[in-house]
Amino acid sequence: MANVPEDLHYSKDHEWVRVDGDQAIIGITDYAQNSLGDVVYVELPKAGDEFAASEPFGSVESVKAVSEVFSPLAGVIASINESLADEPDKVNSDPYGEGWMIRLRMANPGEVDSLLTAAEYEDFTKAESE
Amino acid sequence: MVDFGGWDMPVQYPAGTIEEHLRTRTHAGLFDVSHMGEIDVRGSDAIAFVNRLTSNDVTKLVDGQAHYSALTTPAGTVIDDLLVYRHSADHLLLVVNAGTTEKDWEWIKSHHNGESVELRNASAEYCQLALQGPDAQSILQPLTDVPLSEIKYYHFRPGTVDGVSGIVSRTGYTGEDGFEVYAPADRAEQLWNKILDAGKTGTPTGVLPCGLAARNTLRLEAGMALYGHEIDENTTLLEANLGWITKLDKGDFIGREALAQQKAEGIKRRLAGFEVIERGIARDDQDVLVNDQKVGKVTSGSPAPFLKKNIGFAYVPIEYASVGQDIKIDVRGKLVGAQIVKAPFYKRAK
Repeated sequence: MANVPEDLHYSKDHEWVRVDGDQAIIGITDYAQNSLGDVVYVELPKAGDEFAASEPFGSVESVKAVSEVFSPLAGVIASINESLADEPDKVNSDPYGEGWMIRLRMANPGEVDSLLTAAEYEDFTKAESE
Repeated sequence: MVDFGGWDMPVQYPAGTIEEHLRTRTHAGLFDVSHMGEIDVRGSDAIAFVNRLTSNDVTKLVDGQAHYSALTTPAGTVIDDLLVYRHSADHLLLVVNAGTTEKDWEWIKSHHNGESVELRNASAEYCQLALQGPDAQSILQPLTDVPLSEIKYYHFRPGTVDGVSGIVSRTGYTGEDGFEVYAPADRAEQLWNKILDAGKTGTPTGVLPCGLAARNTLRLEAGMALYGHEIDENTTLLEANLGWITKLDKGDFIGREALAQQKAEGIKRRLAGFEVIERGIARDDQDVLVNDQKVGKVTSGSPAPFLKKNIGFAYVPIEYASVGQDIKIDVRGKLVGAQIVKAPFYKRAK
């Protein structure tokens, strides 16, 4: 079973969100990294880039496939995880920790409430894999 | 699991594509390639018939030998690539791609023109397991009565593996030494499990079961064509660097005239290997640019796990096909620098 930490928020595109003040830390879920396989390349935006909710902010590539990663929330990039350039496999080994992708300054912190809870996301992935 | 030519096949096993790929290069990988098609050709005209339909010279094969070849169209393009096995002068076995088996079968039947041959689509009767990698021989030998060290590259012998009758051939699609075992379809599971056990699967240097993704990255590193990517009915053998299986002097065969003419006139485009120099991964069907002009398309693009580079093949005009030529790949809107390099990208130490 995929790991779904209780304290995070989730999108139907398989991103997770950890709220830290007015910023959101964002990455892809354990379920997503497991479906992708070995991650060999992560393309991320630059600090200052602005994204609307559900807009792609980058891409994750495994040996076999490319997947876009979507920003679950609207906001401006505060910083990115530079270490993924050389160690993209952190997305596989520690998706909720060292495999984080972006820090977003949220345009509207209330938007977080529209995301899925851990329990809802778990049900969603179960339905998707059936 | 994915649908592959009508077969449900795993893209990867739990170890993952990179590990499967590396283990095959360093120890051994086992591939279930039972999806491949087998067409049996028997009769006194077997050699003459297959020689007329394929580009390589079947008359050069001896009993127990196989070669790589192609079924060609009158235009010199490719119906399919295949292996031709010679059991005897009146018995050949054609091993073709899964997705093209039905097309090949119809093509072969429809070009039967009075020759004394009996044709049979035997695809459903066979399983095929490919054990590849430097440890392949030592893993397989205790299971078989075939003296493996006596089988030369692209040769085969009938024999038993774990008591199951079949043929063992020293062939493969990975660039490594290795064997392919053809046996009755209902024994696939027995042989699969037996070979994994014999190869100490589950240990750090044991054999790993490998999926379609590793099969693709291994063949790409080794510079081998994949039907539907590097070759198809729109690419000629000469454009695809397959002049070495195009025997224009062997006598007439379908497509010979067109290929002889193309050879005399010179090809206008060629399949070229490239290495991505800048950050990014080229993927199938992306555009290739030179001087801001679109000049070709990527046929296969992927990370190469053993070489730790991002590589691919593309068709480019002959003037841009030389080693060292700088090209750009349009990776989803971003132009990424790459360079034409010598293929195969990987060659094992002999």
